[in-house]
Amino acid sequence: MAVSMLSAAEKRRPWILLAPTLAALVLLMLVPIGIMLVYSFYKFQTAGVETPDLNLGNWHEFFSDSYYHGFLWKTARISAITALLCAVMGYPPAYFIAMTSFRHKWLLLLLLIVPFWISFTIRTFSWVHILGEKGVINASLMGLGLISEPIPMLYTEGSVIMGMIHFLLPYMVLNIYVSLDGIDRNLISAARSLGCTNWQAFKEVTLPLSLPGLGAGLLLSFVLAAGSYVTPQILGGRKDSLFGNLIFDTIMKELNWPMGTTLSVVLLVLLGIVSIIYSRYMGLSTITKGLSR
Amino acid sequence: MNESARGWGLIKLVTFLVYLFMFAPIIVVLILSFNASQFGGFPMTGFSLHWYGELMQNESVVRAFKTSLWIGIVTALVCTTIGTMAALALVRYEFPGKHWVNALIVGPVLVPETVLGVGLLLANRAAGMKANFGLLLLGHILLSLPYVVLVVQARLIGVKRVYEEAALSLGANRLQAFREITMPLIMPAVLAGLLLAFTISFDNVSASVFWRPPGVETMPTEILGMLKVSISPQINALGALMIVITVGLPLLGGALARLTIRRQTKA
Repeated sequence: MAVSMLSAAEKRRPWILLAPTLAALVLLMLVPIGIMLVYSFYKFQTAGVETPDLNLGNWHEFFSDSYYHGFLWKTARISAITALLCAVMGYPPAYFIAMTSFRHKWLLLLLLIVPFWISFTIRTFSWVHILGEKGVINASLMGLGLISEPIPMLYTEGSVIMGMIHFLLPYMVLNIYVSLDGIDRNLISAARSLGCTNWQAFKEVTLPLSLPGLGAGLLLSFVLAAGSYVTPQILGGRKDSLFGNLIFDTIMKELNWPMGTTLSVVLLVLLGIVSIIYSRYMGLSTITKGLSR
Repeated sequence: MNESARGWGLIKLVTFLVYLFMFAPIIVVLILSFNASQFGGFPMTGFSLHWYGELMQNESVVRAFKTSLWIGIVTALVCTTIGTMAALALVRYEFPGKHWVNALIVGPVLVPETVLGVGLLLANRAAGMKANFGLLLLGHILLSLPYVVLVVQARLIGVKRVYEEAALSLGANRLQAFREITMPLIMPAVLAGLLLAFTISFDNVSASVFWRPPGVETMPTEILGMLKVSISPQINALGALMIVITVGLPLLGGALARLTIRRQTKA
């Protein structure tokens, strides 16, 4: 009798420990998403006013109006470019940190964490000083007399992508590094001793074994880029707004909650699909491993 | 062999360039914050601390700083407490549905902040309330919580259960075993979680813009507002100040921790 009572208490214990966290996640994330879904069927009357007569109007508008599709396509394209460039730029440093015999490699790792401590807003606007009319590039080119007019680089799609790469790159490098660091070095030596060149050993052994980290980095970069709206706000021009800006404007400026929630649900579902496809192939554990570093 | 040396040299070069890419803009902000010019960009017209002085006089900046500080501290304390409890449950116990709980906890990381922002504000509105301070605070807790759980979880996996079992078999109760054995062993991760939660809260802008009550600014939303007007030299000074604080404090903390550990092991 005493034993079974103890085990009942024992069974309850993890749930007691989890209760506050679960309550927070359910009340602050799941329930709001549920309400959002309901609101997407409400009818918009005028700014800030909607009525709960359920209808498909917002959804019909979303699916039929090419204005929204354009935003969706642009967001997907820019996020994909950003994620791919992050992978290309992120792989060599991750490889270097994982393979180097440099004594102070902790310093390189620390430097990857440091950007996370620096305000995202400040890191983003710092690009104004690089690409702007009075920025480093234009100021030095004009100082050297190579150009007479500043080259317009800021407030373009390129500057938005640059800003997003800047903030996503540490995630990418860390994810790839975690993967590379976990590779058994004997496998690489074995490939070498069996006659592989360095490049072959990399292509046949190291690269495939680092794919989970690379995949996690790509997913994370894509999802974070596709959800962002502050970077385009700071570094983009009027035509460089992304889907996130559309949601923000619809809700905070037009006060059109039904359409705004419809668009939010769209973003959530599309990015959810990307994550699910990913986790089927790789498992979410690589993401959590990369994040907890 | 020659070819592989060249390949390695190339990797080294790219690594250097990537680090340059990551830090050059930040260093430029630091340099420009001392520019005497009344415009926020190049060229440098002289060295001056003028804009730092202006900043200290700027009441709305000081107020935003205090707001962010408070929200950050409360968020960090709440998240560390409940996040550590959750991590314990996830690592030390087996229970049905654990897989789902783990997936739910990563949720706030993968759900775009825009969606989290809209959702929570809508829930608040549906409950008939206006945006308020509590909303901002709860939102920040939601954003930071997953990171604390993940960091503590990762550390806890490395702490062998035998230590706790030894304490239990020597007559300690669960709470004592946790306080005397487990807690000291996971302390570095708990502190890291605390710091991380504070940083995430202090830094958040995308979701905070939805949640902040009218008239209330956090540090990042204040900067965002200032940016809309122009790149004033004050923003550079503010940026530089925040970089020094947010990078300096954790480094100092880390160095101090290292020092105490060294002293303890010597004693």
